[in-house]
Amino acid sequence: MSALLEIRDYRLAFDTFDGTAQVLDGIDLTLSAGETLGIVGETGCGKSVLARSLLQLNPMPPARVVSGQIHFRDEDILRLPERAMRRLRGRAIAMIFQDPASYLNPLLAIGTQMEDAIRGQDIAASLRKRPRAAARARAAELLAAVGLPEPARLLDSHPHMLSGGMRQRVLIAMALAGDPALLVADEPTTALDVTVQAQVLALIARLVAERGLALMLISHDLGVVAASCARVAVMYAGTVVEEAPTGELLARPLHPYARGLIAAVPDLDHPERRPQGIAGSIPGLIAPPSGCRFHPRCSAATDRCRREKPLRRELLPGRSVACHHATP
Amino acid sequence: MTEPLLRAEGLSRSFEGRRRLFHETPRVRAVAELNLTLDRGTALGIVGESGCGKSTLARLLLRLIPLSDGRIIFDGRDITALDESAMRPLRRRMQLIHQNPSAALDPRLSAEDAVAEPLRIHGVASGQALRDRVAALLAEVGLPSAFLHRFPHELSGGQKQRVCIARALALEPDLLVLDEPTSALDVSVQAQILDVLDALRARRGLAYLFISHNLAVVRQVCERVAVMYLGRIVEEGSAAEVLGTPRHPYTRALLESVPRLGANQAPPAAPGEPPNPASPPSGCAFHPRCALAVAACRAAMPPLVTLGDGHRLRCPRVG
Ligand SMILES: Nc1ncnc2c1ncn2[C@@H]1O[C@H](COP(=O)(O)OP(=O)(O)OP(=O)(O)O)[C@@H](O)[C@H]1O
Ligand SMILES: Nc1ncnc2c1ncn2[C@@H]1O[C@H](COP(=O)(O)OP(=O)(O)O)[C@@H](O)[C@H]1O
Ligand code: SF4
Ligand code: SF4
Ligand SMILES: [Mg+2]
Ligand SMILES: [Mg+2]
Repeated sequence: MSALLEIRDYRLAFDTFDGTAQVLDGIDLTLSAGETLGIVGETGCGKSVLARSLLQLNPMPPARVVSGQIHFRDEDILRLPERAMRRLRGRAIAMIFQDPASYLNPLLAIGTQMEDAIRGQDIAASLRKRPRAAARARAAELLAAVGLPEPARLLDSHPHMLSGGMRQRVLIAMALAGDPALLVADEPTTALDVTVQAQVLALIARLVAERGLALMLISHDLGVVAASCARVAVMYAGTVVEEAPTGELLARPLHPYARGLIAAVPDLDHPERRPQGIAGSIPGLIAPPSGCRFHPRCSAATDRCRREKPLRRELLPGRSVACHHATP
Repeated sequence: MTEPLLRAEGLSRSFEGRRRLFHETPRVRAVAELNLTLDRGTALGIVGESGCGKSTLARLLLRLIPLSDGRIIFDGRDITALDESAMRPLRRRMQLIHQNPSAALDPRLSAEDAVAEPLRIHGVASGQALRDRVAALLAEVGLPSAFLHRFPHELSGGQKQRVCIARALALEPDLLVLDEPTSALDVSVQAQILDVLDALRARRGLAYLFISHNLAVVRQVCERVAVMYLGRIVEEGSAAEVLGTPRHPYTRALLESVPRLGANQAPPAAPGEPPNPASPPSGCAFHPRCALAVAACRAAMPPLVTLGDGHRLRCPRVG
């Protein structure tokens, strides 16, 4: 089966006032149609920059592609002209973000915004723009599909009249408008209460199953990824350090950083398991540590770790780890 | 029985409505007829969905905003009506830690100066004695002397939160009110801060009012937990009971909706959304979302009943 999305040796740098930050340092990831992949890691490790790369949303400059390819179907996104990119954006690849409020115009009714988005996609797809009434009917259909009650009334509402959870559903509905093959969700529930988060996670799971969507879900919360994704990639300082089926990773992480990350999560059902911190702090990316970027914080580090960057290798079927000393 | 460190009786606070740019904000009862006690050296967790009144409660207890009704007794003394000059000596003994350490620190002050400031203002120490004291405080929260002269922009989020804690400790308070103190931090840093908080409490006998939406974190820090819903406590008891064997339907829904690491599916999602504080449902405010609701629940607000073991519960259907 050929992959829907294939990221190969992708390196992205940001040219900043203080120097060049090597923000993504050789990312390799593959996602097939209908697959779900979670991306976890701590703040600044490059999750959002990676997600934005799939839609060419990183500002260039300061961002600069150093190497690599991002193949979506048969096209290399990194080499796609902006016109062709607009055709993908919101159609084949749709994205939702942490903060739904900032992606809705406070002055316009939900219906107007959805109609505009739907008609805009007609143009991007080189179709005749459908009439407003047809766009409105489609918008109501999409609102119903994400489980929002009374779609007709909602279309006439303004964003401030909606709760955070409802706004995120509206954005998910808009993301579905172009019938995407890939949904990229960057911290989609981080701003929501756990009760509402549970509803949105259930909605995402249902849409993925019903529509055969591929999902790339980014979260700093391992529980959210465990709830939504069959596979997970753990990122540290711009690299994927371990990729594995979610259950296997959580049960037995093989990379020292993945192990540390999981041990730091407090467990509601096992309060006697005291969460353990990871000594030190995340490195700067302008002058990242040599060799393995995790070595200053790793208790297993050796000279080789300081010298040589570990390549990710398959230690067990479907499980790959970027560590010189990890064993299955 | 010894007098608790902090006691609130019938505490209420309403915010009047206002016209804003795009909409009107109606009158909101953020905290309503709330009773609680906090014993010396103990930690009480406050949990509940956003907007349920946790931060308002924190600011009320510290007398940072006026109350609409009720009484606050700190260390046996009624502080409800004290004016600012009478409050000043008490302020030293109760300190607030915010969610966002970046906003709480003055960008122009180094770690050393930030911690020294309250000591200087209160004339506690000066010169070498002051410097020694500050270094000891920063060491106590895990920041060695290499960090003394760093400014906020040179510190990570966790390091900034440590500076905030050291600053709050400077005047040797009895009470720390922590409003989402680890919510802006990565889990690996959160674990470190929880260790710092534990060690401080053991060493200094501090009491914590610990506000968090993260139930697992509250379980780590607190002996007791109060669950708030729309300005009122709906359940309170030992953390082991409230978070281990919850009784109130809302507490249960809250706990079930936390995604577990071991689960490979979305957690069960209770229907409905947090209520709008501007138009609270009649009777038990939770009834529109409650699977156990009956007609009586819509008619009258159930009282908060104290059960034999000191557990408090606002639901006659599960008592
Ligand atoms: N426009 C930009 N200019 C310069 N550096 C940037 C820019 N955008 C992101 N970065 C840097 O790239 C790195 C990765 O950022 P990114 O936003 O992807 O982190 P993240 O993993 O999503 O973190 P979080 O969990 O906080 O959202 C960081 O070091 C960040 O400072
Ligand atoms: N200064 C204020 N003016 C008007 N309403 C407020 C103000 N502060 C809080 N509120 C309202 O009071 C309620 C409780 O808020 P808050 O205590 O911040 O909740 P929490 O901390 O539990 O999220 C909310 O409805 C909020 O909008
Ligand atoms: S390569 Fe070395 S430093 Fe890096 S994680 Fe493995 S053991 Fe630790
Ligand atoms: S009083 Fe009624 S509505 Fe409220 S929690 Fe109990 S059963 Fe549910
Ligand atoms: Mg991000
Ligand atoms: Mg708050």
